[in-house]
This record gives sequence, structure tokens and C-alpha cells, in this order.
Amino acid sequence: MSHQNNTTSLKTSQNSAVPKDDSQAVIGFLDMELLRVSTAGSVDDGKSTLIGRLLYDSKSIFEDQMIAVQEASDRLGNDEINLALLTDGLRAEREQGITIDVAYRYFATPKRKFIIADTPGHIEYTRNMVTGASTADVAIILIDARLGIVEQTKRHSYIASLLQIPDVILAVNKMDLVDFSEEVYNTIQAEFEVISKKLNFKKVHFIPISAKNGDNVVEPSQNMSWYTGQPLLDLLEKIPVHNTDNELAPRFPVQFVIDSSSESHPDSKSFAGRVSGGVFSVGDSLLALPSNKLSVIKAIHDGPTEISVASTPQSVTLVLNGFTDIKRGDMLVRLNKNYPKYSSSISLQVCWLNEKPLRVGEKYIIQHTTDETHAIITDIRYKVNINTLENIHDVASVLMNDIAHITIKTLKPLKYDNYSENRITGSLILIDENTFNTVGAGMIVTDEEVYSYNI
Amino acid sequence: MEYKKLTHLKELESESIYILREVVAKFERPSLLFSGGKDSIVMAHLAYKAFYPGVIPFPFVHIDTGHNFDETLTYRDELIGRMGATLIVGSVEESIRQGRAYEEKGYSASRNKLQTVTLLDTLEKHRFDAALGGARRDEEKARSKERVFSHRDEFGQWNPKNQRPELWNIFNGKKKEGEHFRIFPISNWTEMDVWQYILLENIVLPSLYYTHEREVFERDGTIYAALPAIPRKPTEKVTLRRVRCRTIGDITCTGLTLSTANSLDEIITEIAGSRVTERGGRADDRRSEAAMEDRKKEGYF
Repeated sequence: MSHQNNTTSLKTSQNSAVPKDDSQAVIGFLDMELLRVSTAGSVDDGKSTLIGRLLYDSKSIFEDQMIAVQEASDRLGNDEINLALLTDGLRAEREQGITIDVAYRYFATPKRKFIIADTPGHIEYTRNMVTGASTADVAIILIDARLGIVEQTKRHSYIASLLQIPDVILAVNKMDLVDFSEEVYNTIQAEFEVISKKLNFKKVHFIPISAKNGDNVVEPSQNMSWYTGQPLLDLLEKIPVHNTDNELAPRFPVQFVIDSSSESHPDSKSFAGRVSGGVFSVGDSLLALPSNKLSVIKAIHDGPTEISVASTPQSVTLVLNGFTDIKRGDMLVRLNKNYPKYSSSISLQVCWLNEKPLRVGEKYIIQHTTDETHAIITDIRYKVNINTLENIHDVASVLMNDIAHITIKTLKPLKYDNYSENRITGSLILIDENTFNTVGAGMIVTDEEVYSYNI
Repeated sequence: MEYKKLTHLKELESESIYILREVVAKFERPSLLFSGGKDSIVMAHLAYKAFYPGVIPFPFVHIDTGHNFDETLTYRDELIGRMGATLIVGSVEESIRQGRAYEEKGYSASRNKLQTVTLLDTLEKHRFDAALGGARRDEEKARSKERVFSHRDEFGQWNPKNQRPELWNIFNGKKKEGEHFRIFPISNWTEMDVWQYILLENIVLPSLYYTHEREVFERDGTIYAALPAIPRKPTEKVTLRRVRCRTIGDITCTGLTLSTANSLDEIITEIAGSRVTERGGRADDRRSEAAMEDRKKEGYF
């Protein structure tokens, strides 16, 4: 059988349900939003099939990629074209038939551009799941309708909750293999509500799908008329993105000081950074932390363009009046708004990423926003069994892929928010002082011995 | 007060500018790899915006195979002048003359792979500890797994199995003596994003991207420019066609597209309807299934 024939047959068997309006590409893009989605799971869950279908139906797989996948499928002796090969990029992954690392996939509809962080679902790849989920706006958790809620579902749910992903979609897949039964679906949904109560989700959506046949993926399913909700792609196009970012307490970690001083304009400094919560407007009074000094926004630059308001997550440059002895690692906040916490004793949930375990007394480099310092581990409170969601106390070390609640003492105090309030100012990474590897992902959880800013 | 949400292009731009500023804050001697293609032109534009009103705080590095379209070099020099940047050229011909690299033989000979030697030599000579590149994850399957801050060992090599996890927007640029980083600020952009951004920002491109009449010939289904850099077989006939470049690399690996697109609107419409990826016309990627992964491990862009 020639490759060309296979490609053609696949094209006709999957009708393109989202006909791309070519003119839309030119005129529609000024209103498009970006949505970051994470998926976790193994090939068995139908995850690759689902991603393959989303990519194919949105015309994001090209013919030359399809031919390359077909050739690789043939070489590996697969009977059918193996869509998993589209996402398995490294030689070792293709040879072993597994996903090792996070792969990023891109597709767009006329309404939105999507970035999918596609991660492996097995327990030994928890760290990859955490990495892929760290920036996600939406997590898709796939459930095999025949098996219902399994350990892997709990693990993925826990990670989505830990990373505070705003929207979680439970996609009950392989509905075709349970005769599209509403009863099976309802049982799974009820079972999940029990887990959901133990976790901290902002919003959960349920959809019964068959990724293989396309039921409720792009088009509403003819086989499940009892389901009155929207298909997956509709939901992905409509879920609100970054809705609350601008309502957060205003945060501007200073990234870089641009010095454009000249003879005619001595001492021309401006402060580059990315708005990491809330909005900043010209005329706002600011407090520079940790120096506790006052300044006022004189101008905001977006490149050479002057703007009056900067919102999250814009990269801008601030020109200030008043106190300007400000450096990288400082944080600008709005006067009389909620101030960040300021402490060197910090409590956090950590996902451990490295083979060398975390132990009490070990020292690490900490990177937090644009700030950097050193820290010592002061306590391991408990580890979480992410399969049963139970806490394990009296542990001596935290191993790779473990999730634990720890406390640290930093060399200099950090200016931070709880992760549940702000995913940027509430997150940090731990770096090994000898190898310089990124060894831990930390989410700041509670405040203790916290000094509040007073002016 | 209701604030307008950022569009996908503004959000991508913000992310890329954030990354560019992190690089300048974290590294002592960064540089920008500039090929004259649209992705590196967008990178230059982003760098200009990131550091305005200051000057771009790193030099541009062009790895020159000696097989450039004339338009690429003219455009390069004009852009460097306009942005007030410095240019460093690493010459593949020089590496060949010094016996550091060996010219491939035969009709499909290309200096593409040879660039790795010149690139690594140039980075070492100028002691660059970070090299910014315009590679995107949607281009190629090995790249879809590469980090934004991509670590290189003291031999300039990439180890895909031992990449540092990259979480949130916190980038770890710590390294030991002799090691360096390749950094890809537009990792999350697609080909379409790049073109839409060029339209949105009104960025001037080399004329090669627009339709023009040119002497070309066909080999293995790909159309190449009939120029002395590619020796033709006696059977390969030269014809005059209306073509444009969808990507620009060196002459020997740049496939041309039959096209009458004469404006950015027309190009975007053409790409939206295209059924082949932009690298589908790149001879360098088709050498084997893991061609890019292998070249990257050796130190390629």
C-alpha cells in the first residue's frame, strides 16, 4: 500500500468539521485570544487520538507531517496510522512508543489560538505533568468510560488542583465502548464529585466523548442526545481566559533597568517588567519594595508607543517620578492596595523534580519572580500520596515526583503572595547549588511570621 | 473599569519581550543569531521594542554560508544600520579554508550542516554565553520538546533526555564555565502568528518573500533557484516561474513556492490554505526522520 493512499483515506474518513475560512486568517486575528491547555495521560486513554483529532479537524496537521507519521507507523509495524507519533518528537520516544517529555502543540480556530502542553500520565512522570500544567488555563483529564475513576484520574486531578488551573475538563472518553450509556456517565460524574470535594477546584466541566469517532469533540454527538452540554471544542473556545487577572492586587516585579541617559537627558532611567497582577495606570502612586519608598508613574511605554494603562500580563516599561533607586528583583506595587507578604520563613507545597532527594538542612538557590536568593530546608511537614490523596507524616526525605509540604528559610526575605491568589508571585523554583539543575517547583501556601508593610 | 483583554499576538509578544529581558539580565555576553529570515527579523523587532528607549544590548551574529541570496545581505545591512546594532559575521567559507569544515560533494551538497562548526567557533571566539534564536516549536518535532532556555554543554551539544524542567515563567540560566545557552523567545509562536504579527506591526521584509519572476529548476518535487550555488544535473531544466520564499535559508536548502502573493494579506491567505508545512520545502530536514534532533545534538541552531 502506498503512503499516499493511506493519507488520502485518512482524510476522507475524518471529515473536516471546522472548515477554515481563509479570509478569517487575515481579518479575524485582531480579536483572537490565547488559551493554554494541558493534557495528561497515556496512549491507552485516547489522549493522542483526541489531540490528533483536534489538530486534524482544525487543519493544523499538514500533509508532509501526515506522510512522515505514516512512514514511521509502517516502520514500527503499526497496522493503522499512529497519531501518537505526531506528538512523540524524540527518537527514543518513537522507538519505545512512550511520551517522556512535555511536548507543545499548537492549533487555532477563528476564535482562539490554543497551546496544548501534552504530558505523559504515568506516576514516574509527575514532574513533567507539573511542568506542563504550570502555565495552563485549562486542564483536560481523560477518563476511560469502561474503567471509571482510577488512580491516574486522582493523580491528574490532584495536580490540576495543586497548580490551581482555573478550569478543569473531565472528558469521559470511549463512550462508544459503553454503548453511549448515560448511566455509566452519571456514575462516573457522581464518583468524581466525591474526589472533587477533597480538592480545591475553581471550575469543573464534564463531557462524554468518543475521541476515536469524534462524538462531542468538535460536533455534538448524535449518539448521546441525552447530553445537552456543548462539545469539547466549543467549550475550549468559550471558557473565559484570564478573567480575574486584572482584579488581582497590582504587582510589577522589576526585571531590567533601561538606562538611556545622555548629555541632554542625564539620569534617564525606566523600569522594564511584566505586569504580574492587576493593572497600572499613569498617575498611580507606587510603593517600591523592599525599600518602602514612594514614586508615581509618569509614563508607560509599550515599545516606542506610549499607553495610559498596563494590564496583566503585559510587558511594559515604566517611567517614574520620585524614588528611582530601583533595581532588578524589587517589586513595585500600588500604594494602599493589598501589599504582598514579606518574610524569610516560607511554607510551600513542593513537587520534587530531581533524583537527588530533598532533605531537611539542605541548601538551594531560589528563583522567585525576578528575584534570587538562597534557602535552607527547615522542615518536611508531610508528603501527599497522590494516588489516594492521603497525607503521610514523619518523612525524612522527598523523592523525585513526590509532592510535599515543606518550610524554608531564605537568606533574604521574599515579597510574595499565596499561590492560590497569584500564580506568578506565589511560585518559585529550587536550583541545586552544585549542578545548577532545577530540582523543585514550589507553590507558596500559607503565611507565617509575616511582616506586613506599613508606611 | 473594563479592560480590554490582550489578543493572542500581544500576549505572545509580551512573553517574548519578557524572555529577551531575562536573557540580558541573566547573561554576561548574549548575542542574537540573525539569518535574515522572517523569524529572526521578528526577533530583531522584538529586541528593539524590549529595550526601547535604550539601544539593543547585544550584537547580531550572522553565520554566513557564502550561499546567500543577494537580497538577504542587502536587507541585513540595512536593518542593522536602522537599529543601530552591531553585526558579527561567522564565515563558513573561512571554516572550510582553515580545514575546520569539509565541503560536501555531489549535487545535493549543502553547507547547512557545516554551519554548526562555524557557529560553535564564533560563539567561542566571542565568548558568548547566550545565543538567542528565532526557532519555533511548531516547526519541527524535535523542537516541540526543546526548552526556551536550552542548555548546551562545553562541546555545544544539546542533551534532549536531560533537559531542565521549565516551570511558570521562571527561567534557570545557571551554567558552568564553558557552557552556554541557546534561547528561543518565540518558541510558542506558529508560522501564522509570525505572519500576522508582521502584518500587525507593519514590519518590512526582504523582497524574496513576495512573488517575483525567477529562473528555477525542480528536484525531488521541490523548486530551487537556478543559481551557481546549486550545481544542476544535465536533466534538470531551468524555467522562468513566479515564485516566492516561504522560508529563507541558504540558497541550497531554500525551496521556493509557486505563488502570486504580492502583499502580506495575500501571503496570510495563502498560508491559511496551505496543506504543507513551511519546512516541507527544506532539504535539510528531509535527510532522515530525526535529522533535526541529530543536528541539534551536535550544536546546530
